Amino acid sequence: MNAIRRGLSSAVVQVFLVVVGLVWLTPLAGLLLSSLRSSQDSASSGWWKAFASPGQLSFDNYSALLKNSGMTQAFWNTVLISVPATTLVVVVAALAGYAFAWLDFPGREPVFLLVVALLVVPVQIGLLPVAKLFGQLGLFGTIPGVVLFHVAYGLPFAVFLLRNYFAEIPKEMLEAARMDGGSEWRIFTRLVLPVGRPAIASLAIFQFLWVWNDMLVALLFADPSSQPLTVELQSQIRQFGSNIDVLAPGAFLSLVVPVVVFFAFQRHFVQGVMAGSVK
Amino acid sequence: MTATLVKNARPPLSGQAERARQSRRRSRIIALLFVFPALLLLGALVVYPVLFSIGRSFFDASGSRFVGGDNYTEMFSDPATLKAIRNTVIWVLVAPTLLTGLGLILAVLVEKVRWATAFKLLLFLPMAVSFLAAGIIFRLAYDEDPHKGVLNAAAVTVHNAFKGTAEYPTARARTGQDLTAGEDGSYRTAVNLGPGDTVTLPLVGVAPKDLPGGARPAYPAAHRRAAAGDLRGVVYLDFTPGGGGSPGVVDRKESGLPRMKVEAVRADGKAVASTTSAADGSFRFTGLAAGSYGVELPASNFAQPYQGVSWLGPALVTPAIIGAYLWIWTGFAMVLIGAGLAALPRDALEAARMDGANEWQIFRRITVPLLAPVLTVVFVTLVINVMKVFDLVYIIAPGQVQEDAAVLATRMWLVSFGGGNNQGLGSAIGVLLLVLVIPAMAFNVRRFRRSQR
Repeated sequence: MNAIRRGLSSAVVQVFLVVVGLVWLTPLAGLLLSSLRSSQDSASSGWWKAFASPGQLSFDNYSALLKNSGMTQAFWNTVLISVPATTLVVVVAALAGYAFAWLDFPGREPVFLLVVALLVVPVQIGLLPVAKLFGQLGLFGTIPGVVLFHVAYGLPFAVFLLRNYFAEIPKEMLEAARMDGGSEWRIFTRLVLPVGRPAIASLAIFQFLWVWNDMLVALLFADPSSQPLTVELQSQIRQFGSNIDVLAPGAFLSLVVPVVVFFAFQRHFVQGVMAGSVK
Repeated sequence: MTATLVKNARPPLSGQAERARQSRRRSRIIALLFVFPALLLLGALVVYPVLFSIGRSFFDASGSRFVGGDNYTEMFSDPATLKAIRNTVIWVLVAPTLLTGLGLILAVLVEKVRWATAFKLLLFLPMAVSFLAAGIIFRLAYDEDPHKGVLNAAAVTVHNAFKGTAEYPTARARTGQDLTAGEDGSYRTAVNLGPGDTVTLPLVGVAPKDLPGGARPAYPAAHRRAAAGDLRGVVYLDFTPGGGGSPGVVDRKESGLPRMKVEAVRADGKAVASTTSAADGSFRFTGLAAGSYGVELPASNFAQPYQGVSWLGPALVTPAIIGAYLWIWTGFAMVLIGAGLAALPRDALEAARMDGANEWQIFRRITVPLLAPVLTVVFVTLVINVMKVFDLVYIIAPGQVQEDAAVLATRMWLVSFGGGNNQGLGSAIGVLLLVLVIPAMAFNVRRFRRSQR
C-alpha cells in the first residue's frame, strides 16, 4: 500500500517537473523558431504555427544579419570588449590576490576590507563620474573605456575570490619555493597561478559572461562604432513588432556564445556564478 | 646628501641586520607593485566615483550651484521617482520571496527523480542568457495579440475551453425591423407571439466568409408553417450576396445563422425555453403553455472574443517583468539551495522517517529550519541583485509604459542621461541605491572578518 502511494507521488512529482521543464524551455524555443521565420509570418501568427508548417523556417534572417555590417561590427565589438576585460581582470586580480594573501605591505588588512566592502557597490553610481573622467582622458565612446570600466567593477569580486583561494595554498609549499631562491614573480607564475587554476577558471567564466551580456555600461560608454551586440539590438527595440526578423536572430546570436560556454564548462560556470552572486 | 647624513646618525648596524632590513623593504616594494594596478583601478573608477556622486548629489542639475538636500527632497516628492521607489520596493519584496520559495520546492522535488542533473542544467541555463535577450524573448511571449504572444494564446485557449466562444461577435439586428436591442447586447422581439406563430429574425454585420461552415439558406425554413403548439422561427443573415435582396425579408439566397442561442421569454422577462438554431437558422419551441412570448437572442451570441490579458499594460507590467526575472534566476536559487540540501545531516531525516513523520512534516519541521542559513544567503543575494535590476525593465516595458514600470536604476538612467539631464537628482538616486546596499556591505565585511579569526 505504502509502495503504491510512494510510486504515485513520485509519478506526480515527475509530471510536475516535466511541466516546469517545458515552461522553462518554451521561451528559448520561441526565440529560436521566431528567428527562423520571415517578418510576414511573424507579423501574422505566433512561432508555434511553425510546427504546423515547417516550410516557414529558413536561415534567411541569419544570412541577412551576417550581411548587415552594423550587426557584424557589433558582434566583433562584443568580442573585443569581453576578451580583454576578462583577461585583464584575471591578471590584475591574480597579482593583487597573491599580494593580499602572502605578501607583506603596510595597510594590507584595512585595504582588503575595503575591497570586501566594494563587492556590492552598484555600477550605477560610477556611471556619471567615470563618464566625466573618461571624457577628459579621451576614453569616452571607445572600446578601451568600456573595458576599463568592466575591469574596475569586476575587480572587487575577482580579488576577493582569488585572495581567498590563494590563501589556502599550504604555507610549506611557498616557503620551499622561496628557499629555493625563487623570486616572487617566479613563485607567482610557476606556483600560484597553476595551483589557482580552478578559481581562475570560475572567475574568468563569470566575468566573461558578465561583460558579454552587459548592456548598461556599453549603453553609456560606447559610441556607435564601438557598441556591442546588446546595445546595437536595444537601439532597434523601439520598433518592436515590425523587426522580429532582426531582433530574434540577433538575440539568438548573442546568446549562442554564453550558452556554448555554459555547456562546455558547466561545473566552473555554476561555481563562478554561485561565488559571484554577491556582486 | 641628506640620506647619507641620516644614515650616519644611526647606530651602526651589523651587516646581517642591514641586509634583512633591505630585503624587507625590497619585498614591500614588490608587494606594492603586485597590488598597484588593482588599487589604481579601484581608486580611480570605483572609490573616487562614489565620493564624487555623493558630493554631486548636493548640487543642482548643471552642477554649478550648491542646493543642499534639495535633490533628496525632490526625489521623495517627484511622482515619477516616487513611482520608481515604489516599484523597487515591490520588486524587492516579491521577487526574492518567490525565487527562494520556488527554488526550495524545486530543489526538494528534483532530488526525487533520476534526471535531476538534466533538470538543474535546464533551469540554470537562463543564467547564461543576457537580460537583453531574455527581454526580447519575453517581449515576444507577452505580445497582446493572442495570435502572436504565446501567453495570451494559452490564456485564450484555456478561456475558450471553459467558457466557449461566441459565434457572431460582429452581428447586429437589422434596424427598422422587429428586433430591439437590450442594454446587455441581446436582441428581442416584442412579446406578442404565441404557439403556432413563425417569426423571422434578420441580422446583419456578418461577412459571408465568417459564416460558420455548413450554414444553409434560410428560405425553405422561413416558409414552413409552425405546428400547433410550436413557436417556430428562423434567424438569418439579411444580406443577399451580389445584392438584390430586400431588407427584412428572407430572400432566396440568404443564409440561415446556425448555432445561434435562442430563448423564449415571457412578458416579465423570464426565459421559459431555450434552444439553438439549426444549419438553416431555424429553431422551434415545443410544448409552450398558451400565452404570449417574445423571442430573444441572448448577448452571449454576440460577445466579443476573449483577447487575453494586457500583460504589458500599466497595471500588469511590473508583475510581467518579475515573471521574466523568475525565469532567469530560479535555477540559481534551486542549485544553491540544492547544495545546502545535500549537506544536511542524513541521520536527522532518517530518524524522523523512522518516527513515522510524513514527507510534509519532515519538510516543514526539519528541512526548512536546518536550511535557514542557506535560504538567508540566497534571499540576501537576490535582494541585492533585484535592487539593481535595469536591463530587463528597460527592454520589456514598451515606451508608453516605461514610467509605470520604472525602478530606481531605470529612473536614474532616465534622469541623468535619457533626456532628463539632471545629474544632481541622478546622483542622488545613485546614492540612494548605494545606501540601500550598505546593510549587505556590512554583512559581507562582518562575515569575512569572522572567517579570518
